Amino acid sequence: MKITLTVDGAPRETVIDPGESLMDVLRREGKTSVKNGCDRGDCGSCAVLVDGKAVNACLVFAAQIDGAEIRTVEGLAGPGGLHPLQFTALDAGAVQCGFCTPGMLMTALDLLAVNPDPTEAEVRRALAGSYCRCTGYVKPVAAILAAAAILRGDGDA
Amino acid sequence: MPRTTGKDRAKFTVVGVSERKVDGRALITGKPVFAGDADVPGALHVALLTSPLAHARIRRIDTSAAEGYPGVVCVLTHENTPTMRYTTAGQGHPEPSPYDTRMFDTKVRFVGDRVAAVAAESLAAARAAAALIAVDYEELDPVLSIDAALAPGAPVIHDEDDCVDVWDAAHNVASVVAARAGDVARGIAESAAVVETTIETQYAQHAPLEPHVVVTHLDADGRIVILSSTQVPFHVRRIVARLLDLPIHRIRVIKPRLGGGFGVKQEVLIEDVAALVTLRTGRPARFEYTREQEFVSSRTRHPMRIRVRLGAREDGTLHAVEMDAISNTGAYGAHALTVMSNTGSKTLPLYNRAPHVSFHGRVVYTNLPVAGAYRGYGGTQGAFALETAMDELANRLGIDAVVLRERNHIRTGETSPIFEELGEGRKGTPQIITSCALGECLRQGAERFGWAERRARHPGDGSVRRGVGMSAHMQGSGIALIDMAAATVTMNDDGSFNLFTGSTDLGTGSDTVLAQIAAEVLGVGVDAVLVTAADTDLTPFDTGAYASSTTYVSGNAVEAAALLVRDQVLAVAASMLAARPEDLTIVGGHIEGARGSVSLADIGRRSYYGPDPGQIAATASFVPEASPPPFMAAFAEVEVDVETGLIRVTDFLAAVDCGTAVNPLLAEGQVEGAVANGIGYALTEEMLFTSRGRTRNPDLARYKIPGAADLPPITVMLMDSYEPTGPMGAKSVAEIGINGPLPAIANAVHHAVGIRLTRPPFTPEKVWRALRTAGL
Repeated sequence: MKITLTVDGAPRETVIDPGESLMDVLRREGKTSVKNGCDRGDCGSCAVLVDGKAVNACLVFAAQIDGAEIRTVEGLAGPGGLHPLQFTALDAGAVQCGFCTPGMLMTALDLLAVNPDPTEAEVRRALAGSYCRCTGYVKPVAAILAAAAILRGDGDA
Repeated sequence: MPRTTGKDRAKFTVVGVSERKVDGRALITGKPVFAGDADVPGALHVALLTSPLAHARIRRIDTSAAEGYPGVVCVLTHENTPTMRYTTAGQGHPEPSPYDTRMFDTKVRFVGDRVAAVAAESLAAARAAAALIAVDYEELDPVLSIDAALAPGAPVIHDEDDCVDVWDAAHNVASVVAARAGDVARGIAESAAVVETTIETQYAQHAPLEPHVVVTHLDADGRIVILSSTQVPFHVRRIVARLLDLPIHRIRVIKPRLGGGFGVKQEVLIEDVAALVTLRTGRPARFEYTREQEFVSSRTRHPMRIRVRLGAREDGTLHAVEMDAISNTGAYGAHALTVMSNTGSKTLPLYNRAPHVSFHGRVVYTNLPVAGAYRGYGGTQGAFALETAMDELANRLGIDAVVLRERNHIRTGETSPIFEELGEGRKGTPQIITSCALGECLRQGAERFGWAERRARHPGDGSVRRGVGMSAHMQGSGIALIDMAAATVTMNDDGSFNLFTGSTDLGTGSDTVLAQIAAEVLGVGVDAVLVTAADTDLTPFDTGAYASSTTYVSGNAVEAAALLVRDQVLAVAASMLAARPEDLTIVGGHIEGARGSVSLADIGRRSYYGPDPGQIAATASFVPEASPPPFMAAFAEVEVDVETGLIRVTDFLAAVDCGTAVNPLLAEGQVEGAVANGIGYALTEEMLFTSRGRTRNPDLARYKIPGAADLPPITVMLMDSYEPTGPMGAKSVAEIGINGPLPAIANAVHHAVGIRLTRPPFTPEKVWRALRTAGL
């Protein structure tokens, strides 16, 4: 079947198999930042925004989301440069292997849209479904808190 | 220019700075930089058929239905693949692991063992076809524990006659290692206090977020190109060449960005299959492990049973240390001998006061998943046993746990006989400790943690009891006289440099660390050093990323190559400035002399276009003569719910001596990640098996690794320390952190509720039972 998606702002039409996941379709369409860590919704590496909500793309049938707007980390940086979630991650040392990073950043983007001023505990809870095996989460959590402050326009950020 | 000393460190401008990772921007913007992201048109997809039985002989295998399945191009089984024995362990040559493995064997030895591989136009077709392969198995009795493997009359797992270097195949013993100094029986007899502890560790898996993945193709000249998520590209090239009977130079291995390794990618698990598919079909091939295969068919941490006996004088000075270990290597002996060696060699030298030391290790085969290299590499298991025994000894003698370590630990200028007696699969090399800040780790760590106050606090008598525990650790920095790293530095006509290193950044940030070392020597910013790494066609040899080697071993090669290039740069500058090279300095991209300065760009241009053009470039190799240990003091606070058995770790501190932290944020990140992994190992992580040897929890839902909300605050302190043999004073930092949580948490639980936990993971059920047994 044919579906229409907007991916990182660009409309796309693609032919899918009925059983294909959104993750498979996005990767096939070249959005390889959508990582396949487990293919069963356990790890969060494939998280993308579907109509603004972070979901594990491996758990969504592509057929379910005809007409949806998808955002991946590949569209996160704007014309002005990296998104605060991206440069705080670099500056805080939050990126090690970087495999989980795209999914984690999109999960964080969803969190900050809903809760612009999260506590550390709230960030950690939001990341509960985003596994990282490299960092122990110390620096990713700090980076997200720093990004939140910048996005709020806090002077001390 | 001579090497730097500790006095130079204050002048460093790039080393010691938390530079952004050189690959960070590509990663953070989601660029296609991992092996699995490669867009290779026309690639075949490979699916693996694995054994449903723990121990069986293949009587007959019928692939006709699979071969007839639409889209199937190639089916590999034991009937059409090379039969020589090898080891999947990616180690230096000759490998210390037994040759007990075939690409596809006529016998399967664990549930998840390779039976066949199918390459097809789509992954769905490959999987569907693999399921159509009919295998007639003669089921054999499985051996599913260390005790079963050693029982008289146990089924023989490796009964084939072509294995090499198996210690005693008839009795399922893969390897044996022993080392001794003095007379431990006499030492024990002379001791005022003797304690004995036995621990038993579980099957654990690395769980990198990126499962193993490889993409192969033939280049325009018909050479095979292997793009692989490997820690050891040069070992992959060598091992695949032998297996497929190709000259080494017909293979190119490239490691792009890697999604975490932790040791599991120090194995050649998938490259041989994909390469053979490409050779047979002439077509590109893609082979990715599923998460389930990553658990079951890749590698795990060796489960071990370790008995430690300590004898000490009344003041706590150790007099005798005895460690007796048995490990379970599963169906194949990958890293069997060397992990066992490190169980002793990465723990026993820590307490060098004892003149009487003995170590004995035996490695047995079972019909369970295969163990291999895993961050900590035996040191993790050994440290749990030793540090549990040390805690017992402190309690027995009424000496504070920190004080007991202070009285016994090795110091700068000292040695241990174990360094010489116990190497990696062979005798070691004598080694004098050239930097040890463990005393400061213990002192400052205890102070920051509030050890004395927290230790003195009453655990409470409600349902939740609180306690604190600690442990002390060492690891190594590379493998002495075995590892070799080489690096090439070349200069460009804009004054920037290319760094070519065979080393393998697993995501740790080692490419950045090496760029910083080169930049420091060359007097430029890190952005003027372009790193090309881990490509067997483009970069010089490096044994690979394992044994905490890259910063120290590869870093030393990079420093040496950069120093040679610096000399060339200064020689050109000297001729341009009519000065002596030794009177010149490189500052901020310029060479300053008494009578003026030239820029690096001036020199670079001149080196290309003259006068007297000539490429400024140098290659240097480094072979470590020692393996300087990093050290760590670990402190944990726990709450134990005596009603439910639930342990919560509420605080963790690691004070680490890694020498110079070339990039402090990355160094902290190594420790934080290792501690998190170690907490998972202590509390939740365990592969569970059915009574027939099938893994019950091969996924990240039922094999629980720590999430962000599961972890306590983790504080990392990097101590002031300078390793004179290291690049810019650096030692390793990648592994040591994982050794701390298990003993520190177990010792904290003992402090809280008085029970001695010896069988991780410390699940509520186990703790609850232990509490009931203790009458709590």
